[in-house]
Amino acid sequence: MPKDSGIGASSKRREDVRFLTGAGNYTDDINVAGQAYVHFLRSDIAHGRITSLDTSAAEAMPGVVRVFTGKDFEGVGGMPCGWEVTDKHGAPMQEPAHPILAQGKVRHVGDPIAAIVADSLEQARDAAEAIDLEIEELPAVIDMKAAAQEGATLVHDDLNNNVCYDWQLGEADDAKVNEVFAGAAHVTTLDLVNNRLVANPMEPRVAVGEYKRGTDEYTLYTTSQNPHVIRLLMCAFVLGLPEHKVRVVAPDVGGGFGTKIFHYAEEAFCTFAAKACNRPVKWTSSRSEAFMSDAHGRDHVSKIELALDADNNFIGLRTNTYANLGAYLSTFSSSVPTWLHGTLMAGNYKTPVIQVNVKAMFTNTVPVDAYRGAGRPEATFQLERVVDKAARELGVDPIALRRQNFITQFPYDTPVALTYDTGDYNGTMDKLEAAADLAGFAARRAASEAKGKLRGLGINCYIEACGIAPSNIVGMLGARAGLYDAATVRVNATGSISVMVGAHSHGQGHETAFPQVVADMIGIDESMVEIVHGDTSKIPFGMGTYGSRSLAVCGSAMVKATEKVIDKAKKIAAHLLEASEADIELKDGQFSVAGTDKSVAWGDVTLTAYVPHNYPLEVEPGLEETAFYDPANFTYPAGAYACEVEVDPETGQVSIEKFTAADDFGNIINPMIVDGQVHGGIGQGIGQALLENCAYDENGQLLSASFMDYAMPRADDVPFYGVDHSSQTPCTHNPLGVKGCGEAGAIGSPPAVVNAVLDALNAGGKAVDHIDMPVSPSRVWAAMNS
Amino acid sequence: MTQVSMTVNGKSVSGDVEGRTLLSSFLRDHLSLTGTHVGCDTAQCGACVVHVNGEAVKSCNMLALEADGAEVGTIEGQSGPDGSLNVIQQAFQDHHGLQCGFCTPGMVMSAAALLKDNPRPTEAEIRKYLEGNLCRCTGYHNIVKAIMAASGQDASSIAAE
Repeated sequence: MPKDSGIGASSKRREDVRFLTGAGNYTDDINVAGQAYVHFLRSDIAHGRITSLDTSAAEAMPGVVRVFTGKDFEGVGGMPCGWEVTDKHGAPMQEPAHPILAQGKVRHVGDPIAAIVADSLEQARDAAEAIDLEIEELPAVIDMKAAAQEGATLVHDDLNNNVCYDWQLGEADDAKVNEVFAGAAHVTTLDLVNNRLVANPMEPRVAVGEYKRGTDEYTLYTTSQNPHVIRLLMCAFVLGLPEHKVRVVAPDVGGGFGTKIFHYAEEAFCTFAAKACNRPVKWTSSRSEAFMSDAHGRDHVSKIELALDADNNFIGLRTNTYANLGAYLSTFSSSVPTWLHGTLMAGNYKTPVIQVNVKAMFTNTVPVDAYRGAGRPEATFQLERVVDKAARELGVDPIALRRQNFITQFPYDTPVALTYDTGDYNGTMDKLEAAADLAGFAARRAASEAKGKLRGLGINCYIEACGIAPSNIVGMLGARAGLYDAATVRVNATGSISVMVGAHSHGQGHETAFPQVVADMIGIDESMVEIVHGDTSKIPFGMGTYGSRSLAVCGSAMVKATEKVIDKAKKIAAHLLEASEADIELKDGQFSVAGTDKSVAWGDVTLTAYVPHNYPLEVEPGLEETAFYDPANFTYPAGAYACEVEVDPETGQVSIEKFTAADDFGNIINPMIVDGQVHGGIGQGIGQALLENCAYDENGQLLSASFMDYAMPRADDVPFYGVDHSSQTPCTHNPLGVKGCGEAGAIGSPPAVVNAVLDALNAGGKAVDHIDMPVSPSRVWAAMNS
Repeated sequence: MTQVSMTVNGKSVSGDVEGRTLLSSFLRDHLSLTGTHVGCDTAQCGACVVHVNGEAVKSCNMLALEADGAEVGTIEGQSGPDGSLNVIQQAFQDHHGLQCGFCTPGMVMSAAALLKDNPRPTEAEIRKYLEGNLCRCTGYHNIVKAIMAASGQDASSIAAE
């Protein structure tokens, strides 16, 4: 029987009521009395030198408060990067300056040059037209391999070249890797592209800066996944403000998917300008502006080689990747192609020798950073495509080849720096085979063929590393931040509870799922527990939400804080019950003395904590505890996905006919929310596989800068998805045994879709090895007819 | 500035607007009805869908002046006077048809317009109708399911797809 409350229950989301009635409070819904509006004049060319910038006419336009240029930010810090990667020769990455407004050069279409603050947005836009700007155009650096050539145009004049770092992980001895490949019975090689994407949360970014002279206090309202991180970065590295004078609020946030992790220039600008203009300053991104200023995702070009022995065991893996970082280092960009990508190249397999090589390139494109999955989709795509190609070349069943090479003993130390704590990859594959009715595929294929369609089945396995941790290890790897989280459990006198958390909910349903845990631990109704998040003036210092970390990391802090609360409450209960603390048990909201019928209710104990008349003298009054939690390891969700497609041989059109996901997320708090997270991830993965592509031309013009030309998945592009998460191997190192589910769908689905298309084509007699994403009708048609 | 008058959620309202003022900004900025969201500038995402004289309209693609004298319905007018959810809103909550909530007002308004014309749409009809409403969170699964449930169709079997 499904539970109807607490851990494991599909509790309906309490936050839905405000969202369904138009009562949400998103950043653009916030207006501060007297606010002015800022419009950014952005570069419309990819690379150039600013030769003249005259704002005097704009300043004289009606309603204009002030026009800012790069000059106003001389002496102010630039946008920081939060992760220093060390290259394979031991040198630190090249780290160019990233100014708030362009200083002398523009480096991508969308690079902000000037900011016009005016009484109305329309006046600010009108004034931007009056700015006299001349830019000497330079050759644009777009193609990554060309950017790496000796003598290539430099994106940053003060750097040695366009290579941020040349990084390696795994086997460092090339001779040893060569020896493995030389001795292989079979080697499968694949060149592939992981297409550049734009996260496109439906809510564009917004920032409202406010400054109060009387108290010298700032408030920044912003669309962020991690308000404390923004406050720290902005105060310590950009504007040089004391944190206690700055409040950052991320209220209801309309989706993030990674792109709202990062500290953006517009946030720092609005904060800075609020003081400079002595007026609140608001910026609301248009969608077109989002396309050229939100950090993009993916954009890898890779060659992967898999060596197998005569028995089809994987014996070696080598990858060489060019990773596009864009024009500047976004907040966590440098970590994505390295520690979030290279470490995942073992996948679910016991390949003994692995070498990962990554060259990260500066180009005249929008900065690239984490997008749902962040490095793990890129790793999984390479690995699972090459495994699938190997199966086809060897004429073996792709599931059997995977099963044969699965890791089966845990914990397992991979050759690429991770230790998987738990997993049951065969068990999860069993679940997939049943849930996807793979036995019935032949009949479904026959039915498709009878309609003149080619049908294909694509399999994919994935492993991911979530809840990035622990802080001391990531610090050694270059992280300039800790990756713990925090929660404060404040019990009110009458027994209701406010939990202040460092995690941020922007669709994940924390306001519902987190109380399920606390209520379950105490045995009270979920409605007595409320989550407070998104405001640095209310919550403890936590690192926010990304990398499927919220429950595994912040949830663990919340459990620890709740345990402290319960421990203290037991002391009070023991006093009230005149019993030994060791004999006190808490169940269903009642403290009782073991083996007796003496008990006292939760509410009586909490009231006593705040009205401490009959009270243990050695215990402090009140009932409020904070805990910080630094994970001992990553968590390792894993899964097996099956996609069935139909391909129209006349047009190359692909339709997804059936999609099934079997995931192992460890223990699950709210199955309904977990299902929803998987659905959404699959939807985005199908988007990447079939539709989405962020395209630049050779001059660095962004060709896909609106929903008119960037193909987002729509309701009729996708099917209902089958989701099974009954394969559960709980995480061994966090108190809830949870692993994280937010990114799985986006990691696991693109290779499944592409593998399915190739299976359809090959089964239909078209020998096609690979098609790059998005697998558009024109690409499929070309592959079929080449 | 020109004066514009209309009925919004049953109340007569009026205001002075520029010729270029969009209906979405009239609702959001002049009337503080911020439930109507703006997610794009090309009439693609549908977060701004409202009802104008009973028809679903993208309010970012219509001038406020064009709605002069019209009956306009927004998400704020969908729930009961006591704040209770209507059938579609309740189905969205029951079936987890929303996550971040940003596209949700437009989805609910589109669903209401669909069900007015087609009280028992098929899955394919729902998906086709929602072409003009983007959601980045749900993969559409639970939105389609919620609309089927709101139209009185059994959506329970879909969960096991």
